[in-house]
Amino acid sequence: MEIHRYEKIWTAVALLLIVGFIATVTYGTVGAGVKMVDDSGGTVDAGSLGDTEFGDPGVTQVGENQYEVHVVARQFLFQPGTTSPIRVPANSEVTFYVTSADVVHGFEVAGTNINVMVIPGQVAEITVRFDDPGQYGIVCHEYCGAGHHTMAGQLVVVPEDEYEGGS
Amino acid sequence: MAYVDDFPTDARIVRWNMAVAFLALGIGGLFGMIQALHRTGIFRGFVSSADYYTVLTGHGVLLALVFTIFALCGVFTWGVTRSLDRPLPSPRFTMGWFVLMLVGAAMAAVTIIGGLVPSMPFKADVLYTFYAPMQAHPAFYIGLVLFIVGTWLAGVDWFRAYWQWRGDNPGERIPLQTFMVLVTMLMWYISSAGVAVEVLFFLLPWSLGLIESVDPLLTRTLFWYFGHPVVYFWLMPAYFIWYTILPKLSGGRLFSDPLARVVFVLFLLLSTPVGFHHQYVDPGIPEGFKFIAMTNTMFLLLPSFLTAFTVVASMEHGARQRGGEGRLNWLRKLPWDEPAFAGCALAGLMFAAGGFSGMINAGMNINYLIHNTLWVPGHFHLTVGTASALTFMAAGYWLFPQITGNRLRFRSLATIQPYVWFIGMTLMSNAMHRAGLAGVPRRTAEPQYDTVSFQGVVGGISEMRLQIAIGGTILFLGLVLFLIVIFGTWLGGSGNDSLRVNSSIPAPLSGPEHSPKILDNLKLWTAIAVVLIALAYGLPLWALVSDGLLAPGSPPIPV
Repeated sequence: MEIHRYEKIWTAVALLLIVGFIATVTYGTVGAGVKMVDDSGGTVDAGSLGDTEFGDPGVTQVGENQYEVHVVARQFLFQPGTTSPIRVPANSEVTFYVTSADVVHGFEVAGTNINVMVIPGQVAEITVRFDDPGQYGIVCHEYCGAGHHTMAGQLVVVPEDEYEGGS
Repeated sequence: MAYVDDFPTDARIVRWNMAVAFLALGIGGLFGMIQALHRTGIFRGFVSSADYYTVLTGHGVLLALVFTIFALCGVFTWGVTRSLDRPLPSPRFTMGWFVLMLVGAAMAAVTIIGGLVPSMPFKADVLYTFYAPMQAHPAFYIGLVLFIVGTWLAGVDWFRAYWQWRGDNPGERIPLQTFMVLVTMLMWYISSAGVAVEVLFFLLPWSLGLIESVDPLLTRTLFWYFGHPVVYFWLMPAYFIWYTILPKLSGGRLFSDPLARVVFVLFLLLSTPVGFHHQYVDPGIPEGFKFIAMTNTMFLLLPSFLTAFTVVASMEHGARQRGGEGRLNWLRKLPWDEPAFAGCALAGLMFAAGGFSGMINAGMNINYLIHNTLWVPGHFHLTVGTASALTFMAAGYWLFPQITGNRLRFRSLATIQPYVWFIGMTLMSNAMHRAGLAGVPRRTAEPQYDTVSFQGVVGGISEMRLQIAIGGTILFLGLVLFLIVIFGTWLGGSGNDSLRVNSSIPAPLSGPEHSPKILDNLKLWTAIAVVLIALAYGLPLWALVSDGLLAPGSPPIPV
């Protein structure tokens, strides 16, 4: 097969670019330590969340600067998050466990890397660090029914010395 | 002799397929403008925010499935009969798949539109991804099944024509256009099996109450097994047009037939084992499988890079045949006032931009930044919404005279139309990308919240909204121009004009005789494709079903 010289060069450059992209993403995983949400959260029976740690969702302190937040997404609110904000202290490591009581939802904390699908039967586990105080909006970013656009909430990172417990 | 004179029966089926495609484009495009005005808050008088999702479902299904696939069937029927120089074997069989697809599409469409009419008992506000456990009326799923089965039979029709031709022409290379059609259909058979299993074995029996629950993650995974290859089902007919028609429109000939074959084989191999890149942020799927999908996806860029080279080289060759000179000055000699050429060229240009934004989507951990934000529809309005849609429209300008026997009418409208589309899409898509970077979600009627403020990275949110609304309106205007030209040509002509265009395609600069025969070994490539899919999907699918096919289960939640 005859391939034009320019085409050979172009193909080589394209392959180089592709390998470069893969290297970038690999660096993100290995070097920068960006972990993808995976199956570590396990599964759960969406019909009987009351019998699980999602029965009383909210913030739990599990270590000196470590917190767990269980969140239930349902048409059309986050528990906690919508009626009362999720509160965590600054300078903390927070692991979110998010699941759905009904349909597929999304859990996006705008302006951060927290962006996961919330699928009934599955628990999304994601760990993040909050260094500074601030306020973030939580958005459901997967269509979940006629009231989808009303499904939002808030996450408040309060100064460490003012923290009086979660939600 | 025009195509309609040589193949009157096939020309009729091409016409009907294209007519259905472009009608769906008209309705779906109107829905698109309504959405652009509604979600930006510029005008919310068309529908309520609850009904927005009915409109959005209609937009997705009518454009991403009905428009694209009927257009594909029209273009491919033309390409197979033209390149084999024989009609499809049985007009009755051909009519059979067309009617099946039409009935299926109409059933799904009527069920969706039912959401706007309170007195109608059926609804399907489930968007075109129809994720369980949100449940549509069973008629929606039945319509989808009929439609997909119709496409399978269309493929059988084209294969039968090829086998007949092969009987008369043993040992010859498969003509390029037919080769592209067959490879595309093989890709489609392999990938649409996923959605067929999802709908037939899970969603349909579940919506009819025959099974109590389905596993939302499993059905979602089956959807995306199909959901990425389907984008190549939109793009490969556009590539087909860029490779085989655009060089002629530019005034030259295709640069390389062998590389065109390589590109299509690469798509067959790599289109399917990448579906997990739509599920990068799904729980329940181990990171390793996401990583495999990421590397496969990146390599899937290669055939598109090769296409960019061949298409530009073919255009340059054409321009130089027309007297173009200089390093870039040849660009001036291209027929920018020919709507068929301008549409294809502008579509290709936008596809390059869409390809780059797609690399961000494909970037696994980078995907956290933009997943399910407005970035994603910003991306695919450049790909399916322009690379495919504008190319199909451009092909329509060239093909409609040949399948109707009428000269193109309203030429001046046709001449400006691709530019109108290009401008509208530039405004809309750039703003959607930037809004996505700020975190503005997709698929929502009112992305304005009391508790959330989005920080624009480049530009302000209100400026982005304005561009989206204006861009969406200009796009709809471009669509109206297109429909006037096409249906004006079809309905307003006399049928015995002497045409300015014909279906003859000049031989490539480098022909099939320069390529190894193994490229035409369709069985081999199909087998390798299946092995790659087994590697990418075998273990994760096994893990999903090993805890029970229907567990963890969800009962239906009707919309």
